[in-house]
Amino acid sequence: MAVPRALVLTGYGINCDRETAFAFEQAGAEARRVHVNDLIDGHDRLDRYQILSFPGGFSYGDDIASGKVLANRVKTHLDDAIQRFIEGGGLVLGICNGFQVMVKYGLLGSPQGVVEAQRSTLTYNDSSRYEDRWVHLLPEKGRCVFTRGIEKLYLPVAHGEGKFFTDPGTLAGLEAAGCVVLRYADEEGRAAGGRFPWNPNGSLNDIAGVCDPSGRVFGLMPHPERHLHFTQHPLWTQLAEECRRAGRRLPEEGHGMAIFRNAVTYFTD
Amino acid sequence: MGTRIEAAIRPDLPDPRGNRFRKRIRDDYGIRVDAIRILDVYHVDKDLDEENLERCRRELFTDPVTQHSSLGPLPGKAFDWIIEIGFLPGVTDNVGHTSREAVEDLLGISFQPGESVYSAEQILLVGALTEDQVRKIASIRHNPLIQRAWIQCRADWERDPIDGRFYAPKVRLAPSRRIDTVDLNVDDKELARLGREGILDPGEDGRGAARGPLALDVPTLKVIRDHFNRLGRDPTDIELESIAQTWSEHCKHNIFAARIDEVDSLYKTYIQGATRKIRERLGNDDWCLSVFRDNSGVIRLNRDWSVCYKVETHNSPSALDPYGGAITGIVGVNRDPLGTGMGARLIVNTYGFCFGDPYYVGSPYYRLPGRRDPVLHPKVIFEGVREGVEHGGNKSGIPTAWGFLTFDPRYMGKPLVFVGTVGLLPATLHGRPSHEKGAQPGDRIIMAGGRVGKDGIHGATFSSEAMHAGSPATAVQIGDPITQKKLADAQIEIRDLGLYHSVTDNGAGGLSCSVAEMARECGGCTVVLDRVPIKYEGLLPYETWISESQERMTYAVPPQNVDGFCDLMRRRGVEATVIGEFTDDGRCVVEFEGRRIMDLDMEFLHDGVPQKVLKTTYTAPDHPEPEFPEPEDPAGTLGRMLGRLNLCSKEYVVRQFDHEVQAGSVIKPLVGRYQDVASDAAVVRPLLDRTDGIGLSHSLYPAYGDIDPYWMAACAIDTAIRNLVAVGAVPERIALLDNFCWCSSDDPERLGQLKRAARACYDFAVAYGTPFISGKDSMYNDFKGFDEDDRPVKISVPPTLLISSLGILEDVTRSVTLDAKMPEDRLYLLGTTRDELGASEYYALAGEALEGERFIGKRVPTVDADSNAAVYRALHRAIRQGLVSAAASLGQGGLAVAASKMALAGDLGMEIDLSAVAVEPGGLRADRILYSESQGRILVAVAPENEDPFLAGFEGLACRLVGRIHEEAFLRIRGADGAPYLEQSLENLREAYKKTLWW
Repeated sequence: MAVPRALVLTGYGINCDRETAFAFEQAGAEARRVHVNDLIDGHDRLDRYQILSFPGGFSYGDDIASGKVLANRVKTHLDDAIQRFIEGGGLVLGICNGFQVMVKYGLLGSPQGVVEAQRSTLTYNDSSRYEDRWVHLLPEKGRCVFTRGIEKLYLPVAHGEGKFFTDPGTLAGLEAAGCVVLRYADEEGRAAGGRFPWNPNGSLNDIAGVCDPSGRVFGLMPHPERHLHFTQHPLWTQLAEECRRAGRRLPEEGHGMAIFRNAVTYFTD
Repeated sequence: MGTRIEAAIRPDLPDPRGNRFRKRIRDDYGIRVDAIRILDVYHVDKDLDEENLERCRRELFTDPVTQHSSLGPLPGKAFDWIIEIGFLPGVTDNVGHTSREAVEDLLGISFQPGESVYSAEQILLVGALTEDQVRKIASIRHNPLIQRAWIQCRADWERDPIDGRFYAPKVRLAPSRRIDTVDLNVDDKELARLGREGILDPGEDGRGAARGPLALDVPTLKVIRDHFNRLGRDPTDIELESIAQTWSEHCKHNIFAARIDEVDSLYKTYIQGATRKIRERLGNDDWCLSVFRDNSGVIRLNRDWSVCYKVETHNSPSALDPYGGAITGIVGVNRDPLGTGMGARLIVNTYGFCFGDPYYVGSPYYRLPGRRDPVLHPKVIFEGVREGVEHGGNKSGIPTAWGFLTFDPRYMGKPLVFVGTVGLLPATLHGRPSHEKGAQPGDRIIMAGGRVGKDGIHGATFSSEAMHAGSPATAVQIGDPITQKKLADAQIEIRDLGLYHSVTDNGAGGLSCSVAEMARECGGCTVVLDRVPIKYEGLLPYETWISESQERMTYAVPPQNVDGFCDLMRRRGVEATVIGEFTDDGRCVVEFEGRRIMDLDMEFLHDGVPQKVLKTTYTAPDHPEPEFPEPEDPAGTLGRMLGRLNLCSKEYVVRQFDHEVQAGSVIKPLVGRYQDVASDAAVVRPLLDRTDGIGLSHSLYPAYGDIDPYWMAACAIDTAIRNLVAVGAVPERIALLDNFCWCSSDDPERLGQLKRAARACYDFAVAYGTPFISGKDSMYNDFKGFDEDDRPVKISVPPTLLISSLGILEDVTRSVTLDAKMPEDRLYLLGTTRDELGASEYYALAGEALEGERFIGKRVPTVDADSNAAVYRALHRAIRQGLVSAAASLGQGGLAVAASKMALAGDLGMEIDLSAVAVEPGGLRADRILYSESQGRILVAVAPENEDPFLAGFEGLACRLVGRIHEEAFLRIRGADGAPYLEQSLENLREAYKKTLWW
């Protein structure tokens, strides 16, 4: 199949769009940053793309609640197009604020898939503090397209409202449906068990990322687009010394690339 | 008529915001509150029917999973005390602004002028509290300059609940269209008053009300008077206000431009002079592209890209409203690269905070006698400034990748808040160098971004005056990062389409400075003030002209591109308005309601300011060199050093700044196995598909100025360079920025110190070949007020020179961090250690312990630039060859602190033999070797197999093997006599390093 086209949304305070587009390009997609208003006004159309990405950022300054206002804007004006896109087999990826947008929109966070009213939420970290720190992540085996074949991930989180929260019924439903695909862990690969700082925000069941029942719609709080290069790893100078002395070649790529590559190979393989 | 909507976390769920606030109250004030809940309140000031209001409540203002909400007050609130905090009229309300836009979008309606949404916060307190305690709690959460707080106990609330009211802080101004002329043919006393207090508006009681300082002195006002007398008329108020803005200390740097003793301008002679000399020497290899003439300094990154950098201060506003001052500062300095050349993309933010002791327990100071208008506690300033920079950077999507905190009791009256931004420009745009720009006659003047209100009127002149009780509260503003983000994104799109000829930012002085500045490019301008979009009715014309309302840029757009420009801005949610035209008639003209209310000669406006003539004196301080015994507990002393405010980990602050957005981070501000140790510099890769990078560091040694400002400046320059070399920057590709924050600059003695510092800037920039590319000064950082007993108090900051450094790295994959990498790596100390502990952190510690006051002494570190430069070049060669596994620059706290940081970061112990350290002839006591702050030194780790080639590069240079890294988690130091001197576990050192600043 031809090179898939990825639409990376911009505007209103989205701010990780450049590096997200770069990640898709590196993975082999043709990425285009498109302002949300250009979709609303018809300057561009979602059906020209196979992948839709809601990047990280601070849409509307996190005012009222993170992701809420952009979710409302997109839902008010583009709901039909987005539902058609998902039903038509497109992939959707939300990162950090993009994940918050998708959960508050109702695209994620329910075992039933897209729902009218949001069933889960991303709320204030238990610390009530914005923090930038690196976390260990364990993907669950399942149908999520984006995490296929990934054993572990080391990525940064940078958020103040990243605690995944929902009612017990929905949580059980998400777990049962295999929608929980990424959890916070410690450096040994054990479940974080809610412990800070391994679970950086107090998320229920250490949830860092969820997908919809199809596995094609995925969102996560950590930033895979901030670990594309080996030199983004906080300990890369240490690892480089180890490699050099062991006569191994320096890795060039960071852990986050795998997620974007999975999205592209879904269409090309 | 409006409606109040309240939303809160459900009572069965914890409220993290409330809990954090509860902890803060307990930590800072020792007040125990049983429970705190924080509610969000929205006052929708528009007639909406019940169905629509209900829809907004449900779909917009409530998180259905965690919150409950209501139209009107939430029922069943549990509290003993209730506090509600809302903004004062005219204060930027970002949440309110977003709410309004969101309601419009959701309901498909438009708000009419005068209609809006206002946000507020409600705090429910449970516990047996006194009214005084509650007032104290409210005072941490609100600032009376910008907010109103209402407090009620349960009983009062039951009678007349404050949350039953509707609060719409609408701005109401009597419409006024007066254009006054100002008679300058008055006596000197009245001229002096005019300059100090401003133009008098006729008051209702017949007495005049001063508009606020023009900050013009009598000789300058006489120059203006003579000019208008020659024209045969009086100036209009807007003309005089405009001149005051353009000629302000803030804009024209009158002190740095003055003839000062025999020197014709410190700035031209020493700062610009150094750069000129270096550029001449570089000849064809000159990598400075645009320095000292635009909003930031531009240098070459590589053939295709340039970088620009500007560091600003926002001290006075941050003293009054730390959050608003700091966020306005950082969002404001963003506009400098945005307005440099054809406009840069913003890639890194930097910060620097100089605060009083956050643990200060002494009596407060007051701006007014009778214990009125207290100075904010250093911790309140700390937290407010930190949060302002957090929001300003994080919400703008710019990594706050580098910064510092410095503490000194003398920053208690006025903190220093430095904010910087690096921008990235393509080397050329549409076939022209992008660092050049030029408005053309006939181009339309377009203002884009936010609207104009009374915000920050007299901001430029305000910062030129020492702070006193009459300082206008209108100097306080709150930046809106999202409005600016939209504008900045749109500008890049429009720039790349080539739709404008020139751009500059609206900062100090607002339109009066931005338009007049751009008009120099073509030779004139005409502005039609009626067209400027305003926030609310009732602004006087001069206010619209000089208002410093934030998030605005001014563009020169050729007529044929106006539609395309405005259309794209509109599609990006940004308001853009044609407000006039650039001309070439040599006049700066403003029209209002068909009348010409300002018509100034461009040459007079820009070059008419008379050069000040200043005299200096200088008395060398004479503090005795302290004599004290060697510490009995060297390990404990090291722990106390690491825990000192100036040396301890700033992880608490750094983590709350997003330092990784844009995905360029290579060396982060925190390094090491646990990412908890401060690095010496940050390295950023601006282009994700290339490996060249930029390094950022800084240095300041305000304490050294107590001995000699000359060496204070020299050491700051040496350290700012050395820190970059240690991470791998090319020593020949380092640029510097200067920020002078002085005090009492009308005192010849202070000016004498200034002159010495400026001369050192020239001497050492030239010696290292590191040009200054931009700079800024803030000359009156003094607080004048009263103590509890009404005795006058003056607190002046120590003369402070911040040197910020920006260096180029050819290949970021070769950069070096300071963490110890492998056991058995050898430790080499580069440079010579001298008995230079004057004004050091160690002397401060010893003095405080022994005599309750820091020791200062005489032997301030000096700088031997030639020797140091040779070492830096050799180290750079070694780094390029991959021979260095770790490098830590020695600064405050000297060898002991650098070694501790290297060990803590790598989580590996080390042993160091002080008898192997190269010291000055005669030898030194162990504690002096450990804590000397001699410049030019770097601790370097080298793998055993690399020792030979490494040493070959250092032949003839000061480079000594002083120890090795080992696996045991202990730092062991042998004394000058070779005997064991100090042993401490990494665990203890880490605790000491981290516990001071964590709350």
